[in-house]
Amino acid sequence: MRKTLRAAGALLLLAPWLALAAPAAKPPAAPDPLDSARWEDMRRQLFADAPVAFDARIKVSAPSMAENPLNVPITVDATALARDLPGSVREILVFADFNPIVQILRFYPGQATPFLGFRVKLQQSTPLRAAVRGDDGVWRVGGAWVNTTGGGCTAPSVGSASPEWQRRLGEVSGRLFARATDGGQGQERVRLRIVHPMDTGLVGGIPAFFIQELVLRDGQGRDLMRIEPNEPVSENPVFTVDLAGNDTRRIQVSGRDNNGNLIQAWLE
Amino acid sequence: MKTVIRALPALAAQVAQIALFAALALPAAARAGEESYQNYDYALAPRRIAADTYVLVGRNEDFTPRNGGNIVNTAFIVTDDGVVVIDTGPSRRYGEQLRQAIARITDKPVVRVFNTHHHPDHFLGNQAFAAPTLAALPGTIDGIRRDGNAFAENLYRLSGDWMLGTEAVAPAAPVAAGTQNFGRHRLEAIADLGHTDADLVLLDTATGVLFAGDLLFHGRAPTTPHADIAHWLAALDHLERLAASGRVSLVVPGHGEVAAPAEPIRQTRHYLRWLDATLRQAADDGLDMNEVLALPLPPDIAALAVSEAEYRRSVGHLFPAIEQEALARHGGRP
Ligand SMILES: [Zn+2]
Ligand SMILES: [Zn+2]
Repeated sequence: MRKTLRAAGALLLLAPWLALAAPAAKPPAAPDPLDSARWEDMRRQLFADAPVAFDARIKVSAPSMAENPLNVPITVDATALARDLPGSVREILVFADFNPIVQILRFYPGQATPFLGFRVKLQQSTPLRAAVRGDDGVWRVGGAWVNTTGGGCTAPSVGSASPEWQRRLGEVSGRLFARATDGGQGQERVRLRIVHPMDTGLVGGIPAFFIQELVLRDGQGRDLMRIEPNEPVSENPVFTVDLAGNDTRRIQVSGRDNNGNLIQAWLE
Repeated sequence: MKTVIRALPALAAQVAQIALFAALALPAAARAGEESYQNYDYALAPRRIAADTYVLVGRNEDFTPRNGGNIVNTAFIVTDDGVVVIDTGPSRRYGEQLRQAIARITDKPVVRVFNTHHHPDHFLGNQAFAAPTLAALPGTIDGIRRDGNAFAENLYRLSGDWMLGTEAVAPAAPVAAGTQNFGRHRLEAIADLGHTDADLVLLDTATGVLFAGDLLFHGRAPTTPHADIAHWLAALDHLERLAASGRVSLVVPGHGEVAAPAEPIRQTRHYLRWLDATLRQAADDGLDMNEVLALPLPPDIAALAVSEAEYRRSVGHLFPAIEQEALARHGGRP
């Protein structure tokens, strides 16, 4: 949190200089469709002077009223964009303007569909956004407002209060699902859950402790998707990943948390 | 265990004041509908449903600043030994107005107040009643001690200034299953569970009125923040057996209209079975939580009041555990 603010401050000082250096003909920035007071800060802090465009083909689904701020479901779907503009989806950053830890998660779809479902902790009502970077270097942004009563980031995880997770830390359960897509084609879906407290570090006396990296590979060891979660991802995270095609028999999951604990599992 | 509900922030209070002045400037006819809201008057009107027995039926709605949390049924029985109250409503004001409503019907003192379970709309009026009269199942007393403050704060946020001065008061007297006599009214206390981990059901054997608490909903979707559906379905079987014995003429559900037992039991059971089957199927189909939230409700479920909102809340309450079970059945090998 503090680190993020300091970075924002530094960019703020640089901003006048950047403005002077920019070509005079640069078109004015499009207004934020979510009309957030923090959008300009977000743009400067996360994308600096890279081109940014709002794009309705990036769908962010979340309940408009989230009952449980510790477990707000979010689904990011950039498949329409990837279909329309090949090469436009390489990296996806998910962030929340008003969260004390803004950056929630980054993922690289690789061979998998540019789609990811998971759950987050939110401190207050906020836009939830997905920014998609393509080969052209453009960040395309979609999002949705989520209203919540808050407190999700400064509530201790249930796990860190019980000894249970220490025995089961990093334990993976999961399953492959055969699914029919809209077009009638077969598709594989992976859903997995990992036992981990995902402590934010914002609760007194409990340091940040969270899964930093997860890689899904197929039976031949080819990367399907790389996920880099941050602290705001919910305790015992659950991920939903869709794979193009339906010939995957086994999925290897590997990863590590910020304390170096390893995660290893095969799903079938 | 007490919490004093904080006053509205200054700005919100000013807005409320402005709203009040605006209302005064309107013609009288336009104001009439606002009156009860401005005066924090729940307009409680006890309805006699059986000998000595009165019910105050709440609205089949969510908590809002307009209804002040009056979405719940409370009841009282006027006996020769004094008045027995079943549930006290969502706020101190409600409890006080319930006392006044009772006093308009009888000058007998309130001798016993039961809380059917630890949900806030059923006990936050406790302050209006003498502490020694308050009674509940031990699990309910524990629940009020544990969660009462948080519930009251949450209701303050949802219902606003109706809640001013409300504090959670846990009953001191534990209720055990069995019968107690109040005048000629012999009350049978049944300790069950499923809606929460302690649900009190009271049968007045003199009138055949069954006070079911939130084990029964009627015309409104059930709420599930502390539900165990398997236990709840078992409790519905118990209620059905009781009804089949012929000793029950009317049921007072926790929410919704007073009725003969069959329909509230059928509706509550149908909803819970549908909810459980839907969530299990969704987990087995590999649906993501937002996809589960987006599932359409079948017409008979959609016809229940507040069903859209309650379904969404129930997905949050129940789906993570059901999903975990579905994923763990397959597991992951290192
Ligand atoms: Zn209840
Ligand atoms: Zn209730």
